Amino acid sequence: MTSVLYDAPGPRAKQRNVILTVVFFVLLALFLWWIWRAMDDKAQLNWALWEPFTTSQAWTTYLLPGLANTLKAAALAMVIALPLGAALGIARMSDHRWVRVPAAVVVEFFRSIPVLLLMLFANQFYVSSTDISSDSRPLYAVVTGLVLYNASVLAEIVRAGILSLPRGQQEAALAIGLRKGQTMTNILLPQAVTAMLPAIVSQLVVIVKDTALGGVMLNFTELLNARSTLAANYANVVPSFIVVAAVFIVLNFLITSFASWLEGRLRRGKKSTGVVLGAATVAGTEATGAGGTI
Amino acid sequence: MFDFLDGYDVLGAFWMTVKLTAFSALGSLVWGTLLAAMRVSPVPLMRGFGTAYVNIVRNIPLTVIIVFSSLGLADIFGVTMGASDDFPLQGFRLAVLSLTAYTAAFVCEALRSGINTVPPGQAEAARAIGLSFRQVLGLVVLPQAFRSVIGPLANVLIALTKNTTVAAAIGVAEAASLMKKMIENEAQLVLIGVVFAFGFVVLTLPTGLAFGWLSKRLAVKR
Repeated sequence: MTSVLYDAPGPRAKQRNVILTVVFFVLLALFLWWIWRAMDDKAQLNWALWEPFTTSQAWTTYLLPGLANTLKAAALAMVIALPLGAALGIARMSDHRWVRVPAAVVVEFFRSIPVLLLMLFANQFYVSSTDISSDSRPLYAVVTGLVLYNASVLAEIVRAGILSLPRGQQEAALAIGLRKGQTMTNILLPQAVTAMLPAIVSQLVVIVKDTALGGVMLNFTELLNARSTLAANYANVVPSFIVVAAVFIVLNFLITSFASWLEGRLRRGKKSTGVVLGAATVAGTEATGAGGTI
Repeated sequence: MFDFLDGYDVLGAFWMTVKLTAFSALGSLVWGTLLAAMRVSPVPLMRGFGTAYVNIVRNIPLTVIIVFSSLGLADIFGVTMGASDDFPLQGFRLAVLSLTAYTAAFVCEALRSGINTVPPGQAEAARAIGLSFRQVLGLVVLPQAFRSVIGPLANVLIALTKNTTVAAAIGVAEAASLMKKMIENEAQLVLIGVVFAFGFVVLTLPTGLAFGWLSKRLAVKR
């Protein structure tokens, strides 16, 4: 492996690397053995605790309905937040100050407060001001919180996507007589969408992870919430956590892999004139203010 | 108008948020730097461990990690962080531990991407003029890497500030758990929401502006 940090190893460096490998291996093995011992001491390795996960009942009664709710909330949030975010992002680049400034305030406001606050607020709002049944209220509250937060995050992604296009695209469109709206819908947006698709897909990981908040704080029956019902039934707290974490890891790994596959494909395909916005764009747009979604 | 605030320690709750942020920021900076060092090290086993840690941890929801720290680590494995009879303190320490473990993965990625922004030609040129390994790293590569890392690190810090609210899931008395209690007991839903939202805007917006200014000022012009 070539790196900016070091040369190809010579004989002495090779020897040192071997020693480091052995030392690190021993430390890692000791650590893993220590975890294994702790699990064994507390009887967490008993097959009786793990056995439920090999039966279909644990999955069909608890985990799969929970996973379905997680996916439902995430999909709903994404589908509603995307057009809202696009509208906010485009409004933020408007030529009119009275459109641009309110859009910027809304985006910066919702980006800088935690999604949990939005969920709690939405939940209490639905309790006091609407007659949504208490069964479906958690879903409404979770989706509302996620939409408010992610619409503003997606607005920044859309803005970054459009700003990443070469200025000449817009200038040429205006020069051949297109209106501002036509320039946006026919020239800029189609190119920007391809550029920002990977960033949007990566944001889906953040949304999936945030649904778990609703499970604990609002009693929304998603995967983490289903875990506690399952653990109450089989008395297997630690194994259930490990299985649920594994499900989340696989799910998010699939989404991330899809995003990077998409990114690579778009980079090769070059349907857009701009740069392709990768996953890193989500974490930090160059805009000021309080971004940061992890 | 604001008499609904009587009897609630709003400032205390936000102080808890600040403490959670500060301790976790410090911890995740140390652990994240170690992870980043492993991920760019010449030892394949260390690289593998760093990669595995980052890919596993950042795909698990923070909520799962924090709830596990309470129900699993503390209740079953007896990891009480030296506060077995002081429940609030134990919750605080477990929350800091979880936030550190989670945020470190993102700190690691921010640092690694910072190192990757330094063009290989910089190190090659430095070696070509005869600088030693230590000089290449200390005089050429790391100064450039640190500058480009300020922006991404600031984003992680802001996200961490917002993520401390997840500690409400294990009963840490920080801002979100107080807000939950207040909106359930008081009638002024919108006003309470505004107060808490304002608190977080005050915490996160200046951080973003200050670090944004700093990273622009220190950016390496290429």
